[in-house]
Amino acid sequence: MTALTGVETRPAVVRRPTVLLWALTLAVLLALWFAGARMEWLAHYPDEWVLPLRDWVSEAMEWLVKEATFGLFTFKEFTRGIAWLLNVPLQACLVLLAHGLEVPLGEESSILIPPLSWLGVLGGVTWLAWRVGSRGLAILVGTCFAYLAVFGQWNSAMVTLSSILVAVPVGIVCGGLLGILGYRSHAFERAITPVLDLMQTVPVFAYLVPVLFLFGFGPVSAMIATIIYAMPPMVRMTMLALRGVSAEVLEFGRMAGCSERQMLWKVLLPSARHSLMVGVNQVIMLSLNMVIIASMIGAGGLGHDVLTSLRRLAIGDGLEAGVAITVLAISLDRLSQAVANRGATPVHLQTEQGFADRHTTLLGIAGILLGTYVLAFFIPALRSYPDQLVIDTGPLFENLVAWVNVHLYIYLDAVKSWLLINLLIPFKRLLIDAPWPGVAVVLAMAGWRIGGWRLGALVASLAIFIAVTGNWEKAMVSAYLCGISVVLAMAIGLPIGILAAGSERFHRIAQNIADTLQTLPSFVYLIPVVMLFQVGDFSAMVAITAYAVAPAIRYTDHGLRGVPGEVIEAAKMSGCRRGQLLWKVKVPLAMPEIMLGVNQTIMMALSMLVITALVGTRDLGQEVYIALTRADTGLGLVAGVCVAFLAIIADRLIGAWAARRKRELGLD
Amino acid sequence: MAPAFGKLAGRTALIAGMMAAALSTAPAHAADVPESDDPIKMTIHDWTGQALTTHIMGSVLEDMGYNVEYVQADYLAQFAGLESGDLHVAMEIWETTGKDALTASLKTGDTVDLGETGMKAIEEWWYPKYVKEECPGLPDWEALNDCAELFASPETHPKGRYLGGPVTWGGKDEERVEALGLDFEVVHAGTDAALFAEIQSAYQRRQPILAWVYTPHWAPIKFEGEWVEFPRYSKECYEDPSWGPNPDKTVDCGKPRGWIKAVGWAGGEEKWPAAYEAIRNFNITNQDMGEMIGKVDLDGMPISVVVDEWMENNRDTWQSWIPKN
Repeated sequence: MTALTGVETRPAVVRRPTVLLWALTLAVLLALWFAGARMEWLAHYPDEWVLPLRDWVSEAMEWLVKEATFGLFTFKEFTRGIAWLLNVPLQACLVLLAHGLEVPLGEESSILIPPLSWLGVLGGVTWLAWRVGSRGLAILVGTCFAYLAVFGQWNSAMVTLSSILVAVPVGIVCGGLLGILGYRSHAFERAITPVLDLMQTVPVFAYLVPVLFLFGFGPVSAMIATIIYAMPPMVRMTMLALRGVSAEVLEFGRMAGCSERQMLWKVLLPSARHSLMVGVNQVIMLSLNMVIIASMIGAGGLGHDVLTSLRRLAIGDGLEAGVAITVLAISLDRLSQAVANRGATPVHLQTEQGFADRHTTLLGIAGILLGTYVLAFFIPALRSYPDQLVIDTGPLFENLVAWVNVHLYIYLDAVKSWLLINLLIPFKRLLIDAPWPGVAVVLAMAGWRIGGWRLGALVASLAIFIAVTGNWEKAMVSAYLCGISVVLAMAIGLPIGILAAGSERFHRIAQNIADTLQTLPSFVYLIPVVMLFQVGDFSAMVAITAYAVAPAIRYTDHGLRGVPGEVIEAAKMSGCRRGQLLWKVKVPLAMPEIMLGVNQTIMMALSMLVITALVGTRDLGQEVYIALTRADTGLGLVAGVCVAFLAIIADRLIGAWAARRKRELGLD
Repeated sequence: MAPAFGKLAGRTALIAGMMAAALSTAPAHAADVPESDDPIKMTIHDWTGQALTTHIMGSVLEDMGYNVEYVQADYLAQFAGLESGDLHVAMEIWETTGKDALTASLKTGDTVDLGETGMKAIEEWWYPKYVKEECPGLPDWEALNDCAELFASPETHPKGRYLGGPVTWGGKDEERVEALGLDFEVVHAGTDAALFAEIQSAYQRRQPILAWVYTPHWAPIKFEGEWVEFPRYSKECYEDPSWGPNPDKTVDCGKPRGWIKAVGWAGGEEKWPAAYEAIRNFNITNQDMGEMIGKVDLDGMPISVVVDEWMENNRDTWQSWIPKN
């Protein structure tokens, strides 16, 4: 509670009307609650009032797929054209990395041109890491790729890598271009921001069906869904990064007589490079997040391995494939960071070097790849990693889970039952029984007090949209699951974040934990969780918490580290003890940043809803999942938009609060 | 121009000659098989039995001279692809879980029914054998209410907990519970994987569990258990309230045992008629399938080895699927 002492800095006069208003709102809520017992429509939104929005969406989709035309060609031909175009680089990567190429010679025989040797690819990336980064990076990347070979994940990993190698550049380029447009024109920025919000918050399952209809079945559709999901941060970061270029740099560019194009490519983008890389990093991470879902619609690769293993309940195999995804994510991420941080040789020095000097990195990679490729014709073990040398840890993990299941179940069960009876079930009842108009009024009030009447009107109308489309009760179940999980995630993440902010070593460990939790496919731990906690809300809660804890750690850590040194110095001089320094100075000052962490935690929790539908929750996520399995575009998109609106309500309220608090603390 | 024409003529003659050769060496095959070299795209889902069925059929088609490509696709999401012709053949659509999607898809006219595969899906409420010690009245359904407490969990107490399949599977379990007056609550697992994860975990602890189990599947092979015996399903039971123990309600009986069908893209009917014919002839028994699934999922043998072994030992069976003219 001491964390809230900052509140007292506000003059007491302002608070009294607020308290009165809140009391009034609560009274309205309670009145509606009691009225709900008589008037059924208050308690449960009547079915007859539901707007048939989802039927309209389905019909619109039908029209788009079957009839829409640009005159010369139909809409579907257009989207299929895009799919064909994207398929070309994808197939090229697949041939090179995974499948090789079968060249028919006459009727009967054909020769197989094999893919690159595993040792070559491993050597190539290690060399690249060493050249652009350090020895440490080379060891890390080398170990990561060695893992893929040693644990028998190589082929699947290369299939996954191929689609990432196409999706990520496309996402970066498209996102970058949109970002540049947004930087140039404010009108465009205003138009695109809500679209980006939706792209990030509508669950992927919701637009998978329309994507399948338009782009056909197979890896390309999976890739397009990946791009839609992974692109928004790039757009946002590009706009932010370009705006952040300092005025002096711009002035200098103008003085040097740059044309608009030169200004963009030679001045703006290079000087915004570091911030842009944050966007690139997000695109990579999010693309790898999509691997499992993409495999449901034909992407194959590691995602498919995870799914099939878990279907057989081979937890160990699933974990191995899942860790392979994490390992890919971490090495790609660190490599891209190293590229961004590399100090380039100044141009005037480059001319003095020979061709070989300037292109050592590329020549080295080409040499390694070619060398191992040729060698592999003589040594088959280089072509594909020998099966005898594959390590299989599968049985180990299965036995571990079985052991925990048999010996520790009574304790786990006791904790579970206690939490269910005393916390989860009452909270769920409360939210489901709350009258929908009452909740809308409370939200409107909160929005108005925090950010003015516009915000109030926005959140209230979003809430009413959810009711009008007939999703109120499911949305409340979603809110309950996410709410509890977020509280739990914060309770775990805050202390870890505080510890991480205090010590460099702990910081690094916490970073790695957060990275792993975010990239390890949740499906991998979902199944063991079900084994230990049974199908139901509790398992869903555990899985959501595990996934959403990462931003709670990151933002707390980041926020505490960002507290200005002078303030800490001043606090120490005035004789603060360590506890006081933390609770009375650092935490209140870092509160806006921590709240952004809460915000991100909520976003993560909501994005996990659809995944937990796989365990068997009965909420909006389940609606979206059912829509996917029935190929019902309307149902999926409407339920998906409702999830997005829940996210936007939370985001706007918390964002406005954090912004106001920052202003009050003079942190701007 | 002239030499070009000559070359073309020469090639045609060559092809014609080869066709003749093919005719003479393999009289069982129709003259124009394969009708098209375009790959037949067969879908693979995430359960072993389906992968086995598909690879067996695929091997037969390859033997007939077709190009076959296996594409991973979701069981129900695949219908979009089958209708547009992005995918061509799906080998296992279960009456029990995919009937609605199949009917809807066939109605569009873009897909065709490729007939039953010979396997029969059995699915019902299932319990492990050790439950019988505490609830000796089983497998008769009337014993369920006496043991309801045995299966209870904090969320369902004092009612028993029955773990059903994913909502999308249907199954009418809520209706069944009501019609038969069972003191049970239906909890739906989200996926097949979650369902069997919980069964396995309960089995390890020897904890009583009542859940939806189906076959052909590895679970009834690996776990010792029995299906609850409800009043036997009949069509009237689902439609006529007066049928069965409850005179006022329908669904007062067990679940239907259903076909498993293959389905294909309608365009393939003209493109690869002989292949579609062969798929219609496909026939395999629960027994054979169960054994193969056990070899893959329990003994850890690779799918390709199990398929090759079956192809080797059952040459006559699959040869008979290939159309003669």
